[in-house]
Amino acid sequence: MAEAQNIPVGSTTAGSIAVAAESTVATRMSAPPSFDVADFPVPHGREEEWRFTPLERLRGLHDGTAVATGGIRVEVSAPAGVTQETVGREDARVGKAGKPVDRVAAQAYSSFEKASVVTVPKETVLTEPIRIAVHGEGGTAFAHQVIEVGAFAEALVVIDHTGDAVLAANVDYLLGDGAKLTVVSVQDWDDKAVHIAQHNALIGRDASFKSVVVTFGGDVVRLHPRVEYAGTGGEAELLGLYVTDAGQHQEHRLLVDHNQPHCKSNVIYKGALQGDDAHAVWIGDVLIEAAAEGTDTYEMNRNLVLTDGARVDSVPNLEIETGEIVGAGHASATGRFDDEQLFYLQSRGIPEGEARRLVVRGFFAELIQQIGLPDVEERLLTKIEEELEASAA
Amino acid sequence: MATLEIHDLHVTVEADNATKEILKGVDLTVKQGETHAIMGPNGSGKSTLAYSIAGHPKYTITQGTVTLDGEDVLEMSVDERARAGMFLAMQYPVEVPGVSVSNFLRTSATAIRGEAPKLRTWVKEVKGAMEQLQMDPAFAERNVNEGFSGGEKKRHEILQMELLKPKIAILDETDSGLDVDALRQVSDGVNRVRDTGEVGTLLITHYTRILRYIKPDFVHVFANGRIAESGGAELADKLEAEGYEAYTKGGASA
Repeated sequence: MAEAQNIPVGSTTAGSIAVAAESTVATRMSAPPSFDVADFPVPHGREEEWRFTPLERLRGLHDGTAVATGGIRVEVSAPAGVTQETVGREDARVGKAGKPVDRVAAQAYSSFEKASVVTVPKETVLTEPIRIAVHGEGGTAFAHQVIEVGAFAEALVVIDHTGDAVLAANVDYLLGDGAKLTVVSVQDWDDKAVHIAQHNALIGRDASFKSVVVTFGGDVVRLHPRVEYAGTGGEAELLGLYVTDAGQHQEHRLLVDHNQPHCKSNVIYKGALQGDDAHAVWIGDVLIEAAAEGTDTYEMNRNLVLTDGARVDSVPNLEIETGEIVGAGHASATGRFDDEQLFYLQSRGIPEGEARRLVVRGFFAELIQQIGLPDVEERLLTKIEEELEASAA
Repeated sequence: MATLEIHDLHVTVEADNATKEILKGVDLTVKQGETHAIMGPNGSGKSTLAYSIAGHPKYTITQGTVTLDGEDVLEMSVDERARAGMFLAMQYPVEVPGVSVSNFLRTSATAIRGEAPKLRTWVKEVKGAMEQLQMDPAFAERNVNEGFSGGEKKRHEILQMELLKPKIAILDETDSGLDVDALRQVSDGVNRVRDTGEVGTLLITHYTRILRYIKPDFVHVFANGRIAESGGAELADKLEAEGYEAYTKGGASA
C-alpha cells in the first residue's frame, strides 16, 4: 500500500515494508534504550536516528554541554479529582512507559531534578480538560512529565508550549485498562526555541489513546511519540499537524510497537511547508511483533510544499513479524501547492490570498475534523491562517 | 450592454524548451445576449483562446487586445476578470480536496457579488439551481470535483454559471464526455442563463451535437490559431456534413 506521488525537488519519500526476523527499528539505533546518558555515544550526525537533525542547532543538548538554568514556567490546571505530585526518579511511575531511545532523551532523564506526575484516578471521567502550560523564559531545562489515567477513567490533556526555551523532556502516558486519554500537545514556540522530547504511551488492555501533536514554532523541534501496549484490545490514534516556516526544522519520529495481539493503531500526520530552508522530517515506524496477531494498523504522512526552498524527508517503515493480522498499510506523499487549484478558485472571483487559504485549510480539514474537540479545531484553523498570513506579509 | 472584444490576439506557450505560437490573430466580438459557437478540430487553439481570456498563467499574450466594455481584460488578475463578469466553464475542472462545494460556491458568490449572500435566500437559491440540474443535495457536502464523474463535473460548472450570473460565459468543451441525458440537462442549465438575455456565451466545441440543444446565433470555424470562417447556425450544418477537412488541409497546422 505504499504510494508516492508529485514529489518535488527538495523532498524525499522513502518507504518500506519489511518482513523481518529481527527488528531493524530496534537494531538500527546506535545504542539500546537506556535511562543512562552514558550508554549513548555523542552523536556525530551520520547515525540513522540523527541523520536529518541539525546537531549544531541543538544548543548542546546532544553532547552534554547544555546546562540547566531553569527559566521555564510550568502551570498545571486540573479539574477536581485530579492529583498532582512532584516526585523523584525513584518513583515507580517515572520511566515506566518506556526507556529513552536516544542520547537527548537519556540526557533529559539523567538531568531532570523532579518529575511532575498528574494522576486521574480510576473510573474518574473528566468533563473538563487538564491544561499544562509550559512557558519558556529563555532558559534551558530538562523535564519529566507523567500523566497517569487509571482504569476506566477518561481524560483530555492539553499541553501548550510557548515562549523561548531549550528543552529536553520525556513525557510518559500510562493508561490503565479501559482508560481513554486524549492528549493535545501544541508546540507554539518562539522562533529560537529548541525542543526535543520523547513521548512514551503505554496503553492498557482495551484502553484508547489519542495523541494530537501540533507543531508551529521553534528553531528545532524534534518529537518522538512512541506507543506500546500493555494488554490486548488497545487502540492508538496518533494525529499530527505541522506548519514549517523558513529556517525551521521540525521532526516527528513515530514508533508504534504492536507487541500485543488485537490492538489497533492509526497514524495521520500532515504538514505544510513554506520558505527557504524550511525542513520537515517525518519518520513513521510501525512494528508488528510475532505475538501481535489480529493487529490493525495504518500510517500516513502528507506534505504540502507551498514555496520553493523547503525540504521534506518522509520515511514510513512497516515491519511485520506475523502474517496473522487484520490489516497493515502505509502511505506517504509530498506535493507542491497546485497552481491549477489556484487558477480554478481565482477564476471564480476568489482573490489569490483567500484561494491559497482555502486550499491549505482544505488540506488540513480532514485531519482537524478527526481531533473531535471543537475549540481546539477552531484554534488550529485560526493559527494555521495566521501562519500563512505571516509568511505572505 | 456588455461587450467582449478580442482583437488580433496572438498567444504563445512554452513547450519542450520552445515557444510555440498557438493563437495567430483572433478577432471576435461577443455581446451580451448573443451565443457564439466556436468549432474546430483538435489542436486548432480553441481551448487556448478560452484559457487566455480567463488569464491562465501558462499562456503568454504577445499581441492584441481583449476588452470588456472597453476595460482592458489582459491587465486584470484572474480573479479580477471573474469579478468583472467573465466566466470559464472548464473542460477539466480541478479537484480541491477538503473544500466543500457549498463552501466553495458561497465563497465564490461572495467574491463576485461583493457581499455575502443572505444565508436564507442563498440556501434556497443553491437548492433550486441544483434541483434544476438534477443534482443530489448531498452533492453540496462533497469536496470540489473530488471523485466527481464527468457528468457531475460539468453540472457543477453550469451550476456555478447559474449562480454567478456572468456577463460573458466561455464554455470550453462542456459537452465532451456527456451522455445524451446529461448533455440535455447541462444544456437546459445554459439555456436558462441565456434566456435572461444577460449573458454573452462563447460555446467552444468539437462536435455539432450540443448545438441541437443550444442554438447559436453565430458559428465560427477555428483552424490553425485563428477564425477561418464565420456564419450563422447553418455553418454548423455544413460542418456536420463535411467535417473540418476543408479548413485543415493545406493549413500550417501540424
